[in-house]
Amino acid sequence: MVKNLLQSLDYSVLQQCMHCGLCLPTCPTYAETGRERNSPRGRIALMRAVADGELETTRIFAEEMGYCLGCLACTTACPAGVDYAALWETARAQSEQSGVMATPKRDFIRRFTLRFLFTRPRALRAAGRLLWFWRACGLQALVRRSRLTAWLPRRLRELEPQTPRIARRFSDGLIAEVEFPNSFTAESTKSDEKNSSAFSAPSVVQNKSRRRVAVLTGCVQDLVFSDVNRATVDVLLANGCEVVTPRAQHCCGSLHAHNGDLETARELARRQLGLIDPDKFDAIISNAAGCGSHLKHYGRLLAGDPACAARAAAWSRKVRDISEWLVETGFRKPEAPAFAPRPVTYHEACHLCHGQKISSAPREVLRAIPGLELRECAEATWCCGSAGVYNLTQPRTAAWLLQRKLGHLRTTGAEIVAAANPGCLLQIENGFRAAGENVAVIHPVVLLARAYAAENT
Amino acid sequence: MIAELARLLGPENVLTEKEDLIAYSFDGTAALRQLPRIVVFPRHAADVSAVLKLARAHRAPVVTRGSGTGLSGGSVPVEGALVLCLLKLDKILELDPRNLTLRVEAGVITQKIYEAADAAGLFYPPDPGSMKVSTIGGNVAENAGGLRGLKYGVTRDYVVGLEVVLADGSVCWFGGKCVKDVAGYNLRDLFIGSEGTLGVVTQVLLKLLPKPAARQTLLATYASMEAAAETVSAIIAAKIIPCTLEFLDRKTIRCVEDYAHVGLPTDAEALLLIEADGHPAAVAEDAAQIETLCRTHGAAAVKRAANDEEAARLTAARRSAFSALARTKPTTILEDATVPRSELAKMIRFVGQTAEKHRLDVATFGHFGDGNLHPTFLTDERDPAEMHRVEMAMREIFGHALSLGGTITGEHGVGLAKKAFLRQQLGDASYALLKQIKHVLDPENILNPGKIFD
Repeated sequence: MVKNLLQSLDYSVLQQCMHCGLCLPTCPTYAETGRERNSPRGRIALMRAVADGELETTRIFAEEMGYCLGCLACTTACPAGVDYAALWETARAQSEQSGVMATPKRDFIRRFTLRFLFTRPRALRAAGRLLWFWRACGLQALVRRSRLTAWLPRRLRELEPQTPRIARRFSDGLIAEVEFPNSFTAESTKSDEKNSSAFSAPSVVQNKSRRRVAVLTGCVQDLVFSDVNRATVDVLLANGCEVVTPRAQHCCGSLHAHNGDLETARELARRQLGLIDPDKFDAIISNAAGCGSHLKHYGRLLAGDPACAARAAAWSRKVRDISEWLVETGFRKPEAPAFAPRPVTYHEACHLCHGQKISSAPREVLRAIPGLELRECAEATWCCGSAGVYNLTQPRTAAWLLQRKLGHLRTTGAEIVAAANPGCLLQIENGFRAAGENVAVIHPVVLLARAYAAENT
Repeated sequence: MIAELARLLGPENVLTEKEDLIAYSFDGTAALRQLPRIVVFPRHAADVSAVLKLARAHRAPVVTRGSGTGLSGGSVPVEGALVLCLLKLDKILELDPRNLTLRVEAGVITQKIYEAADAAGLFYPPDPGSMKVSTIGGNVAENAGGLRGLKYGVTRDYVVGLEVVLADGSVCWFGGKCVKDVAGYNLRDLFIGSEGTLGVVTQVLLKLLPKPAARQTLLATYASMEAAAETVSAIIAAKIIPCTLEFLDRKTIRCVEDYAHVGLPTDAEALLLIEADGHPAAVAEDAAQIETLCRTHGAAAVKRAANDEEAARLTAARRSAFSALARTKPTTILEDATVPRSELAKMIRFVGQTAEKHRLDVATFGHFGDGNLHPTFLTDERDPAEMHRVEMAMREIFGHALSLGGTITGEHGVGLAKKAFLRQQLGDASYALLKQIKHVLDPENILNPGKIFD
């Protein structure tokens, strides 16, 4: 008999929802349909029915859980403090375990991506290299121009334009394993030849006790936005931190936890704990909102594993989003350049504003950059539709949310959209490109790193 | 019947899957649940009329619903019910700035009504705690109140016209834009607060006020509830009617602060949230007088909100009180036994004593200024012994409220939750009259049967 995962949850977590409905106006899927079951309140009612044995884990149940973005906007609105993230992840895992959605094609895709590609860093990098080569050697452009993409199955054809641009060099090629802030370069002779910043050396904060941090390079972030990782290290160095970036890191498991594969998520969490000892660092830095949110929950994920529960709890306490860390430790404000400020607007990645409740820190970072004028946009906290792989699994809703977001971003008149998550960066970038608009979509830490670099020119 | 409904409304507007029905089996009231048979979404009054005729022909009870945030079980389905969800009647039809009226469909969210009026420099005052989610139709069905009730009154005071579909499908309109109109009986008032048992309201004509020029919000902290209650009496005695005079006790303050982080003093025994609005000079004078009165009656501190944003945050935090209390215990049973203002202090003391007597955890907050308290039992529905004690305590509280000249429900309605106590409050003759009227308007008892009375 398949174990009912929802039943094995502490019932008080399910019970915490007192169905007041305050989550309804913040839920994007409820905004789309107006149907109660497409709202957090409705979904929790379904989960409770499954836990109570009143409802089987049906296909409709599973589809409903997949329709939820997992954006956690409801948790920000909920006065009762319902832990929707825990409920939803369990419901997703239960849906997968029940097999109601299984088809050979779907199983293959899940096995290939979740179980193979995203658990083997070398395989993932190899796939990244292939994709990079595909574009770099001109084949991708050729195929697109000659419309050979028409031969692809419809779904792949629709998704093809969204293929991310893989970076030429991944994080390991841009960042040394240990990097020291400039005034301490004498101690880093053994890694000197690799200790070359992509930007000119940032000046160091004086009178700061040196902090030691580990930087997580991520999976998609590492392949597509390795420049964000480089910028993260630069910014940390400029603020007097010793930065350790372990080699060949793998996926943190957020993708797996959000798609019903808690077992693999736990395995990946254990591997991370083995790679980085939380006790040896002042902070473990994440620059991807979706990952950061999941990483802070390692304690809960592994609470039932006596071998690593303590370490997982210690890990959770050390994880910081880069903007959170910068504000917490008091980052140095870059000096003013000589040109007029450019308008920038800030899109709040769900897992940063809702998942981690971090809203003011990234704004503080942006406001500190003298070359930028921050303009607020409407519905800044609404999901852009990326939501992990949601834009692949629920393309219609993802597209609707993207257009809604683009509309608000356009209204601000900003030339730059700042967003702190690779999924959001890709989604919004693709959206503007498809509309033929020239808006730069950049991670706040990259803007800060550039500001530091501009000081020396 | 299902097939006919699908033909009439379109299959996408008829829900029969169990997964859908489960989501419509409750409203905002704790511990009340009943699976309906079917859920339908009419698109306009003609649809509602057709649905009611069909329901009558098939003897299916009809339970009307907006967003399902009611607190007395008014939109909880009955067995075999057809849930009539009016969310698709969501158009704002006309804002008339010369007559200061706003005509809307019943499914419009109250917050949107407030915003539409605000954009035109006008003001729709009733602000129930659920206003971001609840619909005007629901507000009318329950005659919802809110924080501004003290000065501005309740939903009833702003409904100057309504369109209602009766049990036999006929569509009636009552009222209009005239400031004065005494043609025929005042049937509008019959339907307002009728909790879906006499007809289905599909359109509402609301009266708006000019937007107050200034607002000032104050927060007064107290070391004892009595002192807070005394202050309220003193303010009214000084002939000052603030817009809002809200109260939170210590447990409520802590839960709300835990959620909203607006800087509420978590060691205070009692908190008064007071808002004065109107002409700037009047507001300044009232605010100064209120502050003095608070201090002379024992306020440990009086703070003024620095700007509009802070004031909005404080009132939003107050509106979340009911839900925030769930942080203590999952099942929050909220009551709204109301007494005349003069009896407020006595009532609060009685609530505290009753809770102690029955070993129950109670947090109290509410609209001090108009005597409408919300004693909230913090329980766990999985503990039947505790739930039984809650029932007993409630009975005593209602009894005491009635003995002080009060009512069993100030603004949440009777619904299912307070049915048992209604006859006690109304007395036999009045109670019998309710049933007679119901019989005339809904002889087959298809509209929300079993609510208010049997």
